[in-house]
Formats: sequence, C-alpha cells, structure tokens
Amino acid sequence: MRPATASQTIGPYWHLIEHPEMSDLLRFGALGTPLVLHGRVTDGAGAPVTDAAVELWQSDPPADARFPGFGRCRTDADGGWRFTTLRPGPVRGRGNATQAPHVLLAIMARGLLRPLFTRAYFAGEALNDHDPLLCAIDPPARRATLIAQPDGAAWRLDIRLQGADETVFLDL
Amino acid sequence: MTDETFRPPLPGTQPDYAHAPYRSTHARAPSQALVALPATVTEATGPRFAPTHFPPMADFTATGRTPPMGERIIVAGTVTDEDGRPVAGTMVEIWQANAAGRYNHPGDTHDAPLDPAFRGEGRVFTDAEGAYRFVTIRPGAYPWGNHPNAWRPSHIHFSLFGSAFAQRLITQMYFPGDPLLDLDPIYHAVPDAAARARLVSRFDIGLTQEGYALGYRFDIVLRGRLATPMEA
Repeated sequence: MRPATASQTIGPYWHLIEHPEMSDLLRFGALGTPLVLHGRVTDGAGAPVTDAAVELWQSDPPADARFPGFGRCRTDADGGWRFTTLRPGPVRGRGNATQAPHVLLAIMARGLLRPLFTRAYFAGEALNDHDPLLCAIDPPARRATLIAQPDGAAWRLDIRLQGADETVFLDL
Repeated sequence: MTDETFRPPLPGTQPDYAHAPYRSTHARAPSQALVALPATVTEATGPRFAPTHFPPMADFTATGRTPPMGERIIVAGTVTDEDGRPVAGTMVEIWQANAAGRYNHPGDTHDAPLDPAFRGEGRVFTDAEGAYRFVTIRPGAYPWGNHPNAWRPSHIHFSLFGSAFAQRLITQMYFPGDPLLDLDPIYHAVPDAAARARLVSRFDIGLTQEGYALGYRFDIVLRGRLATPMEA
C-alpha cells in the first residue's frame, strides 16, 4: 500500500484558482428549486476569516451537464460566502437509512492544515429528527451548528472554526 | 448498492489541525473532536470537471507575450489511490509564486518584483494511466510573518478531487535539497518523516528535456477504499 499524500494548507493566495463563477451552480441552466445558501466564517477570536475557500458538494439533485453539484466561493472582508444552487432532497444513507436533505461544505484557509468538512441541513425538515449524522452528534445542542435557518428567501449558516458555538466538523 | 468505506489515514501521515509552531492555526484549528461520518453517497461521490468548461493550461511559461523570468522546469508524475490504481481523467489545479518569490495576488505585499509574463496558475487532467505533466518556472522562496526571519521553502500548490469528495486533497510540492525545509513549520506539521519526504519532488534526468528544462517528478496518492465493506 502507498499511503495517501499528506495535506498542506491552501495558504492565503489560493484565489489564483478561484474562478468566481463557480459559486453559481445554476450557471449552466440547471432546472429545479433554487437555493441561496450563505453565511460567515469566523475564528476562535470571533474575527472574520477573510481568506478562506468554501466549497460545496451535494449528491442531490445528481450532477449532470446542467448542474455541476459543486461550487467554490471566497470569503469576503466580513467572512461572508454565498452559493446559488438547487435545493437538495433526501438521499439514501448507509444501510437502509434515509438522510435528511443536506449539502457538504469544505473550508480551506491559511492556518488550516487540512480541509474542515461540515454539512448544512435545513431547519424545519421533518427528516432532520432521524438523520443518522445529526442523531450521532453529542451533546445534541451542537446539532444546531449544522442547521441552516431561513433568512428571507435565502438560508443562512454561520461557521465558527473554534470556541463557543464551534461548528461540528466531520471526520470523513 | 454497497456502502463504500475509505481508508483512515495511517498514523502520523497527515497533519493535525492544531500545530503550535504554525501561528495561523492558533485561532483557526477546531478545539472539539471531529464527529466521525462514515461515507454516504454524498462523500463517496464528487464533482466531474469537463475540459470543455475547464480548459487545460499546462504551460505556465506561455501565458504572456514574452517568456517569464526564471528557471524553466518540467513537473510530472502520477495520481493513484493507496492501492496503486491510477486516478484517470481527474483535474489537477496548480498555483505558485514567480521566480522572485512573489504571487500574482493583491494580498501578497512581499517586496519582490511581479513578472507580467507569469500568472502562476495552471490546470491539467490526468491521462488513462493517471499521469500528468506541466511546464513552469521554479518558484522562489519568500518571507512570511510566522516567526522572526521566517521563509517558506520553494513550493507549488496542488488541488485534487479524485472521484469522491472524501478524497479531496490540497497539498504542496517541495524541491529536493532546499535548506528551508528543515525550518518550515507547515512542512513539519506532518509528523511522520517518510510522509513529509514524499512531499519533496525528485529530480529526474529522464524527465529532463535536453537544452530546455530540468525535470522534477511528484507522484500523488489519494485515499483508497477499503476492499471489504464494514457493514453487511
């Protein structure tokens, strides 16, 4: 076996590969229920993380020629990020489980030696109460860090890298 | 459908989030333990990038009206998984500083010249055998504020996707014999010496093109899948 190559930080100059259009997953003409998902990334001191790359991947709706399923967005001077995509539906989990609608998020930045992975779920989805990942988070109070809230016509999920209300990050 | 399980990292081969000598980790590394998420369809699938939407840019020295300043080099290698299977057709994103150690980026304020003939960005796709190749110039070392007289060793950034989001990899390629490697807290965040050494490219006279450019080989390994599903 050949061990996997070690991860290194994306650093502060990753914007050379940014391509801002990648935050719009509807740019190839995808059809479905649009979803605007946005939030801020803050650090352990509560300061905005202004140099992060936030990536989004969703397995539903399945990617095709019109819908890439993948997005990338920079954080701005306020730590803010925003994707325009399609609203996901429930997907199969391991075994015979059903997973509540969600998207996977990856945060990469200077000071992060590996990507941080988390998920965004959507408040009010009945399936959230039975989602295998949400149910595995202990203490249950931390589950809220993965649940986006309605914000006008959009959905909002803030990501706290460290400290009080720290986002639940995932070991994939 | 069978549930896929990805290999956990071998001990010491991946950095922890918290690494005290690297100052930027102090306020950014999570303080709570990660929550295990065995791969589901979301983590076992990943984006596909079509060269039609993401055109390859394999010659970093050909983007300006004149050739960039610096030592032209060829970088090539393979992308495989931990079981040695080629990762074919995968997009590899690459970015780097110029020969003077300056990024073409508004955030880089290092007092070294920008080179109008060098953007420092490229993109290649692996072939059926997982092989990739690009032409660039050797990046320079540059100072950073981590500690007194801190300098990053020369490096090239790589971003890879594989076929599953669980294989996502961001890494850096270094150059053999660089005296700054011993002093670099980012390189030394990888605990295992052999795993660190695999981040250092190898000079390859076979890859070197006579009268044109030195060749450096950098093979990349993405996480593999466990052969036997852990759940029946």
